[in-house]
Amino acid sequence: MRILLSTTVLTVMLFVMAIIMLIPLYFTISNSFMTEAEIQFNYSTEGTADEYLHLKWIPDWVSLEQYKTLLFDRMQFLIMFWNSVLLVVPIVFGQAAVAVMAAFALSQFSFVGRDSLFFLYIITMLMPFQVTLVPNYLAMDWLGLLDSRLAIILPGIFSAFGVFLVRQFMIGIPRAYLEAAQMDGAGYWTIFTRIMIPMSRPGIAALTILVFIDYWNMVEQPLIFLHDAYLRPLSIYLAQINEGEFGLAFAAAVLYMLPMLFVFLYAENDLIEGIQLSGVKG
Amino acid sequence: MTEEMKRKWLRSKFPIALLFLAPSLIGFTIFYLVPFIVGFYYSLMDSPTNGSFVGLDNYRQLLQSASFRKAASNTAIFTLTGVPLVMAISLGLALMLNRTLPLRNWLRAAYVMPLVVPVASIIVVWQLWFDMQGAINAIWTSWGNTPIDWMNTSWARAVVMLIYLWKTIGYNMILFLAGLQNIPDEYYEAASLDGAGPIRKFISITLVCLTPTNFFVLIMSIISSFKVFRETYLIAGDYPHESIYMLQHYMNNMFQALDYQKLTAASFLMASAIVIIVTILFRFERKFHMN
Repeated sequence: MRILLSTTVLTVMLFVMAIIMLIPLYFTISNSFMTEAEIQFNYSTEGTADEYLHLKWIPDWVSLEQYKTLLFDRMQFLIMFWNSVLLVVPIVFGQAAVAVMAAFALSQFSFVGRDSLFFLYIITMLMPFQVTLVPNYLAMDWLGLLDSRLAIILPGIFSAFGVFLVRQFMIGIPRAYLEAAQMDGAGYWTIFTRIMIPMSRPGIAALTILVFIDYWNMVEQPLIFLHDAYLRPLSIYLAQINEGEFGLAFAAAVLYMLPMLFVFLYAENDLIEGIQLSGVKG
Repeated sequence: MTEEMKRKWLRSKFPIALLFLAPSLIGFTIFYLVPFIVGFYYSLMDSPTNGSFVGLDNYRQLLQSASFRKAASNTAIFTLTGVPLVMAISLGLALMLNRTLPLRNWLRAAYVMPLVVPVASIIVVWQLWFDMQGAINAIWTSWGNTPIDWMNTSWARAVVMLIYLWKTIGYNMILFLAGLQNIPDEYYEAASLDGAGPIRKFISITLVCLTPTNFFVLIMSIISSFKVFRETYLIAGDYPHESIYMLQHYMNNMFQALDYQKLTAASFLMASAIVIIVTILFRFERKFHMN
């Protein structure tokens, strides 16, 4: 493999591909700094039936107009942004806590039915949300949780994904650690908090980021469980911005991306290390 | 540790494990397991409230429905082509990145970036690009072609595939890179001494040593192949072009239509398909592990 491609050709190729991957992102950011007028001028094809719209890569005029409109004239935007936070934060922390404990049990102990239970978790993790839609809906109705954030938060906390991911990570921690600590007289809780949690830090970091991404993106759950538009998260609002407000859509998209970009830049190494280690062991 | 101690220790462990498992197990049972079983029960009734038992009647009707068959085959086709494709491309990328290159970490970060970009944020871009009068057609027609309505012809499948690849490649690539770095160099050196060529080495060393990684990547890629529904839904709505009408669309629409019988029956069939796939994967993985 090494002889086939020279390093220069390879590097150029990889760079071109990396740039292609980043184009949608760059496009969104650069367009968010255009004025509504510039956006309308470029992306409106009304009245000119056989004209195509041409992408504008660099704003003629760098302006914060879109951001200003969004933050000061649209109360709805801030409310929905806050709704997203209120839904996602409890899910991320809840799922991490529940998953780390369950993963400890599934990776460091052997008991009858352990593998079957893990199999069950994997199956559930693979099922799309719609599979348990009807019974879940009826159960939420019965519990009086429809139109309440809890209808989304509770299933989110107990999602099988976290258990799977952290278990994959923890299975790589040699059981000898646990046995050695036990010989020294440490209890299970001490082993769990002093050994397992610190040692799975990258795995837990990767989990929190991936869960954050997943729920920051959620679309189906709020559409079904939250009829009250004032409870809905920003992901829904962004999808419903109409064509007349393309400009706002770009700025809203950037603001919506920001928390995730910060988390990524802050924890990139943890994320990558966590992803890596979770995939190595079977 | 004496035998006596060991036995005692093992016996005392189960309740502890259960204690750590309890929160997850309780929530999992309430929010996933019970709903699933109840859903299966509903699929055998003619109505979720005060219904009577109709056996496999709902399944028969479901299988006769043309839109269900369309949705099921679309989902199957998408997953069966998308998952191998995304795995091949990400493995290729990982092989290329698995050496010292200038700005290697920067490249790696660039490939992972799409993963952290929210779906909803980027929908506007896809809409502007793939519209009938969109940017892609601007380029396409400037080459002298007639414009294509990307989202309303069977090209929609290619667009959704592209979005799926864009989103999933980076994550998989990181997993493969880690797997590749775990293969000892000596294996390759020994194979070279035996006169093995690069293709031979790739098949008998790289692919075999990557088995655990492959398993994990496969599972994650299947999950994301179902999740691409979000993008499809946000771009094209409840009733997209028939080539990208997925099982999730079908189930959503059955839910809106209050046709719970078809929905629960479809859920159960989809779940069975997933169980079969995962069982086969597990078998394969075990077999490779033994060797």
